[in-house]
Amino acid sequence: MNTEINLERRKALKAGGGIGLFALFSALGLLRPGVALAEWNKTAFSAKNMDEALSAMGVTTPENNAVFIQLTVPEIAENGAIVPVKVVSTLPNIEQISILVEKNPNVLAANFIFPAGTESMVTTRVKMGQTCNVVALVKADGKFYRIAKEVKVTAGGCGG
Amino acid sequence: MSNPMKIRAAVKDGVTEVKILMQHEMETGLRKDTDGTLVPAWFITEVKAQHQGRTVLEAQFGQSISKNPYLLFRFKGGAAGEKITVSWVDNKGDKREDEAAIVAA
Repeated sequence: MNTEINLERRKALKAGGGIGLFALFSALGLLRPGVALAEWNKTAFSAKNMDEALSAMGVTTPENNAVFIQLTVPEIAENGAIVPVKVVSTLPNIEQISILVEKNPNVLAANFIFPAGTESMVTTRVKMGQTCNVVALVKADGKFYRIAKEVKVTAGGCGG
Repeated sequence: MSNPMKIRAAVKDGVTEVKILMQHEMETGLRKDTDGTLVPAWFITEVKAQHQGRTVLEAQFGQSISKNPYLLFRFKGGAAGEKITVSWVDNKGDKREDEAAIVAA
């Protein structure tokens, strides 16, 4: 009878301890240090031009990098309301990837983070008001890198 | 009340590809109604995708994301039958959560 009770207690302790630690580490973000999205940045998302957006995001002189960031956008957007954008980056220690549309009324379109195990790749669709550059901005190891590609827009998709 | 998202998750060679199509007007706040009044901004601001309770993608959106937001991404792991849960919050505080089971590609 003693052996039974001890076994059950040992199992319970083991299970409880294991789950507890995992949950704790997960909550503290220790499983992937430094990777967490800051609160939705109203200033950045309301920025009316590229400089304002970058400044609001704390971006200092992003380095142009066409090797480790691939940005796929159509040359000509059939419909400015739905422009597909794909960003892939092979830079190590990526903290965040952002997509910006240079001449949109709201320049910053999205921010993404990729927890450990998720590929640094995302495809989404943006609205474009007019022909301009779509910019992919990658934050890796505390530094910013960017690549831009122009998309020609015949029918703008921002409304009005 | 919002409409359900379409979530398709398929696993192949140890990598699960997730496609999400959310149902949301994503109003920029710049569009004028038929009577000339501005339609207020109304858009998804945050999205989170989880695999069995573990976050596999987090996104923040602004007004430049298209109506009915689309996302495609991939993560290592996942097996047929396991759950993918996607949740979003919009600027009015509305929320939505949907789930789907991973299928073998």
